[in-house]
Amino acid sequence: MINKKNKIMNKKNKFRMRKNAIGYTYLILAISFFIVSGCTTDETQTVAKFTDLVWADEFDVDGAPNPDYWVYDLGTGINGWGNNELQSYTDLPENVIVQNGYLIISALEKEESFYTSGRLKTKGKFDQKYGRFEARIRLPNGKGLWPAFWMLGSNIEEERDDDLNTFQWPFCGEIDIIENAGSKPTIVSGAIHGPGYFGGSPILKEYDLVNDRVDTGFHVYGVEWGPDYINFYVDDILYNQITPSDLPNDPFPEDFYSTIYTDSVELELYREKWNTWVYDQPFYLLLNVAVGGLFDGAPNEETVFPQTMLVDYIRVYKGNFDNN
Amino acid sequence: MKNLKYIYLKLFLFSGFIFTITVSCESNLWERDLSDEAVFATFSSSAEVFIDGFSGGLSYDPFGDSKLDAFSVDDQEKYSGTASMRFDVPNFGDPSGAYAGATFRDAIGRDLTDYDALTFYVKASQSATLNEVGFGNDFEENKYVVTLNNVPLSTNWTKIIIPIPDPSKLFRERGMFWYAEGPENGTGYTFWIDELKFEKLGTIAQPRPAILGGVDEFQETFIGNNFPITGTQTFNLGSGLNQTVSAAPSYFTYSSTNPEVARVNETGMVTILDSGTAKVTAILDGVLAEGSISFESLGEFDSAPTPPDRNPGDVISIFSDAYPNVQVDYYNGFFLDGFQTTKGGAPPLSIGGGEVINYTELNFVAIGTFLDVPPVNATAMTHLHVDIFVNEDLDSGDFIRLLLLNDVGQNETSGSFTIDDSTLIGNGWVSLDIPLSDFSGLNDRSQLGLLFFISDNTISNILVDNIYFYR
Repeated sequence: MINKKNKIMNKKNKFRMRKNAIGYTYLILAISFFIVSGCTTDETQTVAKFTDLVWADEFDVDGAPNPDYWVYDLGTGINGWGNNELQSYTDLPENVIVQNGYLIISALEKEESFYTSGRLKTKGKFDQKYGRFEARIRLPNGKGLWPAFWMLGSNIEEERDDDLNTFQWPFCGEIDIIENAGSKPTIVSGAIHGPGYFGGSPILKEYDLVNDRVDTGFHVYGVEWGPDYINFYVDDILYNQITPSDLPNDPFPEDFYSTIYTDSVELELYREKWNTWVYDQPFYLLLNVAVGGLFDGAPNEETVFPQTMLVDYIRVYKGNFDNN
Repeated sequence: MKNLKYIYLKLFLFSGFIFTITVSCESNLWERDLSDEAVFATFSSSAEVFIDGFSGGLSYDPFGDSKLDAFSVDDQEKYSGTASMRFDVPNFGDPSGAYAGATFRDAIGRDLTDYDALTFYVKASQSATLNEVGFGNDFEENKYVVTLNNVPLSTNWTKIIIPIPDPSKLFRERGMFWYAEGPENGTGYTFWIDELKFEKLGTIAQPRPAILGGVDEFQETFIGNNFPITGTQTFNLGSGLNQTVSAAPSYFTYSSTNPEVARVNETGMVTILDSGTAKVTAILDGVLAEGSISFESLGEFDSAPTPPDRNPGDVISIFSDAYPNVQVDYYNGFFLDGFQTTKGGAPPLSIGGGEVINYTELNFVAIGTFLDVPPVNATAMTHLHVDIFVNEDLDSGDFIRLLLLNDVGQNETSGSFTIDDSTLIGNGWVSLDIPLSDFSGLNDRSQLGLLFFISDNTISNILVDNIYFYR
């Protein structure tokens, strides 16, 4: 009982610290605002604040994840979820369970080179445009482990149905709040994948924890997302900002997409989206631990299984934007 | 004894520390510093060993049989600052010493408990493999020696990280650094080390200790057997590399499922005390080590007959406690041809101050004297003596065939001699003196390289002792 009480107290303290951190962030943004305003004439710009907690899972109820919040992705997807990933996702407690205040996603080697793991998403349960999206996570370790906390545009079209209101990946947009290659225990990265910059060439930046690791303790990984920018954080360190000016301008691959989207109206919709900023619509959240795949390659003989990702909480704050 | 005293001192001071805090809480005196009594009687926690010169109190102690002047301070080559440590590895046959090797000791000892690794930069005059490098070698008990083996060196400066298996053990460590390196293919060379220091990297993680190579071993044994346990610690470094070091036995805490049968002391030595079974496992810093050894003690050991007293000049001994032995490559070659099943022999059992070779699951096995040691020249010898204990009941048709092979891999000749069931004794020793002329076909015995024991599975378990040629 004492432990439980301490835990609650710790959480309260953490929340207080979080508020302090937001204050600090506010300060940083305020400073950058003054710098920016020194060389622009945009006097209408306001400071972004992400103080209203609108959605959170503290993982305080033992058992399966809250079904009002989470949906399982199951199986192996097409071509290993598009990345040659080796695992099969299940909804078994051995792969996904809430215990002692943590969501635990475990990657298991069931037999030689056959792995199971877990992938959760809030699709159809929760999505939001703009805001602060953060999670406190301890990541797994070892070559071939590929954990991620990320988001996809809610207008993703998962199967071709010629619906002109939905778009196939990467036209729906993807925000990778944090990914880690298990063979690099001090390096994380944040990225966006969208039309014209995806797969092997996303807009990505790495962050080195220096004198710390992803697998020995918890870190808060988050993005603060507003109109025309996404800021990437590890703990209280802002390490990257991506804006529309970072988008590439390669030509639309007409030959490739014209074979997929044979309807000229539809093709035009995709052509218009090429190299554009698609982060102005609601996104939903995903959490998973992949094994193998293009990010860190396959596990090797030194990789130890099982490996676990522990998530202490996920919190989503609203931004103070007119169009939020 | 010294160490024990310090532990008690620490415990005593620690309880003082708790007391002080409690008092402070109740009297609401958080602002006050802890009283002087709460300060640990610690040793220097200085991190630096060699940056541009020796840290204070450090001495250089070369190993007795090494090239004594291998080390110098070099102000030409350096990674940073003004100087580096230079090590000149001798050529093969150098009269001043066969290898370079030394330990750098602190006069009093340092408290290294706040660090997680010894680090340094190293480069060499040619690509080479540094045999052994580490710390904890104090020329006394060497209780907490750590060794990184076979470190690849190149002509560029490279940072080497040697993780500390369990820093809490090193509250007074004298051995700051040690190394041993021989010539590369007979040729000496030079390597330099700079920025040698202990660090708290914060990225040393995922400990995976192991004993006995991480293997679950089994050994049939007898009362009085001593068996040393060796261990390693593996950490995942910040680079993602898994770095494995040899960790001295005292880093581990051992447990035996039956201490009446097998007891382990803090230096990792198992002693068999009674008949029965026991499994020994170990823990390093709270983590269960991979690997174990299970003993089945068969009770009192029936020693081999003491061999007849001969003039040592008339004996070439392969394995006995009665005569000085020649060097051997191995007592079990573990031939990787997929046919050999024989276990044991590596190392021999150590019982009551003597040694005996214990082969189990025998089909065939060989003792080698041809790889890294000189072959045996038995030209002047007339007989082979061997004591064999068949450690099971004897069946009709059982046999042990001895086979001697001369000039292995070159101009091979061999001869064999079969000991049949009329000579062998079930569950008892037989002493054999076999004329070398009975090894038919062995025309040359000037370069004997392999001695085989072959049973073709007719006999599975034997003990072998007192193997020597004589005249």
